[in-house]
Amino acid sequence: MSNTPATADSRSPGTEDTAVAVLQPDTAAKAFVGRSPGQLAWIRLKRDRTAFGSFITVVFFILIALFAPVISRLYGMTATEGFSEKLTYQGLPTGYLGGISGDHWLGLEAGIGRDLFMQLIFGLRTSLIIAFLSAIISIVLGVVMGIVSGYFGGWVDQAMTWFTDFMLAFPFLVFALAIIPIINTAAYDVGEEVPGSFRIAVIIGVFALFGWMTTARLVRGQILSLREREYVEAARAAGAGSAHILFKQLLPNIWAPILVSFSLALPGFIAAEAALSFLNIGVVEPTPDLGRLVYYGRQWLGTPDWAYFLIPATTVFIAVLAFNLLGDSLRDALDPKSSK
Amino acid sequence: MLRFLIKRLLLASTTLVAISIVTFLLFFAVPSSPAWVMCGRNCSPERIAQVEQSLGLDQPITKQYTDFVKGIFVGRTINDAGTIRECDAPCLGYSFRSKEPVTDTIERSLPVTVSIVAGAMVVFLTVGIGLGMLAALKKGTVFDRVAIGASVGFASTQTYTLGGVLLLLLVYSTGLLPNPHYTPITQDPLDWAGGMLLPWITLGLINSALYARLSRAQMIETLQEDFVRTARAKGLSARVVNRRHALRAAITPIITIAGVDLGAYLGGVVITESVFSLNGIGREAAQAVQDLNLPLVMATVLLAAFFIVAMNIIVDMLYAVIDPRVRLG
Repeated sequence: MSNTPATADSRSPGTEDTAVAVLQPDTAAKAFVGRSPGQLAWIRLKRDRTAFGSFITVVFFILIALFAPVISRLYGMTATEGFSEKLTYQGLPTGYLGGISGDHWLGLEAGIGRDLFMQLIFGLRTSLIIAFLSAIISIVLGVVMGIVSGYFGGWVDQAMTWFTDFMLAFPFLVFALAIIPIINTAAYDVGEEVPGSFRIAVIIGVFALFGWMTTARLVRGQILSLREREYVEAARAAGAGSAHILFKQLLPNIWAPILVSFSLALPGFIAAEAALSFLNIGVVEPTPDLGRLVYYGRQWLGTPDWAYFLIPATTVFIAVLAFNLLGDSLRDALDPKSSK
Repeated sequence: MLRFLIKRLLLASTTLVAISIVTFLLFFAVPSSPAWVMCGRNCSPERIAQVEQSLGLDQPITKQYTDFVKGIFVGRTINDAGTIRECDAPCLGYSFRSKEPVTDTIERSLPVTVSIVAGAMVVFLTVGIGLGMLAALKKGTVFDRVAIGASVGFASTQTYTLGGVLLLLLVYSTGLLPNPHYTPITQDPLDWAGGMLLPWITLGLINSALYARLSRAQMIETLQEDFVRTARAKGLSARVVNRRHALRAAITPIITIAGVDLGAYLGGVVITESVFSLNGIGREAAQAVQDLNLPLVMATVLLAAFFIVAMNIIVDMLYAVIDPRVRLG
């Protein structure tokens, strides 16, 4: 895909992000347009069909999560409404595939009798909020730690490297499992109701606390190689302070790997959050949650209502897959050496 | 080598001590009343006082920690509601819920986890590395695309999703496989394998996907190296070049990653154990968390951290053995 049609992107050379515009007058038909790395990445991304498909899926999920209350209004029922009259005495929904019908598009929750579609879209909302906030906070933390450790070097670097290794030695899932109820019991007495928003905040905090290490390592490595470059030396010689060098000289040069690790952190956090809820720890009733739906569904797996398990589980799978594919495509597009 | 080992061991023990202090503080200093948390909702004030006294919670926190550490090395006695319980070294604590030393619970559940992990590793090391290497050798062919496409799909699959689907297809609908269960291998090896088959396939396939991608990338990189070209130029057959030269060099970093993963898994494969209702160490930990059984939670976290740190050291040493270019120092 190296034969980029040069005329395809006919931006005027005057736009601010066109780095070098070399127009050769004698070969007017084949004008060379200089493109910034960002533009090149965008062109590669536009050609990637996987990227397009996964992008559409991701946008679809985000829109559903964003407009869940509107959809609920149009659909005519809420997530918490119970329809236990539509369950058999064993708790199974009447009808086929877990009670899928015109009224209930994805059927009902066995045993509880709530509408599965409503639970699913509001659960998606919870999952995406947690994943996005955790990813943003952990990436910011990782970038700050990586920059400080890589730029200042010496004992600061040694101490922070040890700290990174130390944090990596924590068994994440077991520890996250353990720490979440502890924080909840520390903030609220036993028996007292812990508000859902506080639980979500705790989960985000724990994810961010254990999610920054890979980004920090990555950024540290990048900074180590960049800080010896001539332009940094020039800035230093011109009397620039550390803050200027860090944020104006170094940071703009590492946005690509940071963006990639952000986009790959998202599906990781979606999966991790669902895993916590699958263990029935983390988000609890009445906050809807994808992973908890899978957990409930697992208990009905041996009954005719296996759709109750399969529908939320597939939703998690598609969401994680779409975000992963998009992240992969982004990485390929941003990598100048990429052969794709 | 010896100097390296001592250095690493010192660093590792520092890490473990730091983790134990952090966990200890978190569980025993942060909650307003650990005894209440541990004893449960319907606990009478007298019982709480008993638990507090037997755990030494009325003592300063430093004394509590040194008692805990002493228990690990020389054992300690614990007074549970008047009855004196011996908790032999290594004593990781005493569970007031199940009324037994935590080590007993671990002794029961660790073999389950080890069984799951051992079989799953065999699956993902053979299937994953095998597929990855083949895909690298047949780079760009249909086989390569299918293998890599499938591995992207499997890598995004959650353990509980694949586990649930397999349970549904192979156990509940068709009865091809028995419901997963644990029988000690010493008792009936066939039944042991039969009960573990589904967890092995599930955990094995999901990890195969990651290992296939890793080993494909590694192998492609190795095949472009000078020594491989030299080997080809010498007139060696493709078979010898691929197997004796490229494979050996490409597999080294994969083994490192597998070692680190092994350390992480030995501390409990929580989701796999939960989806198949196997009482391994991860499920015990998750259950302990739900019951707020703090001594057991603390012990499982420490044990898991120990496995991670220990495997890191082993892997570093192994690396030097496999790859002669690596100098330890």
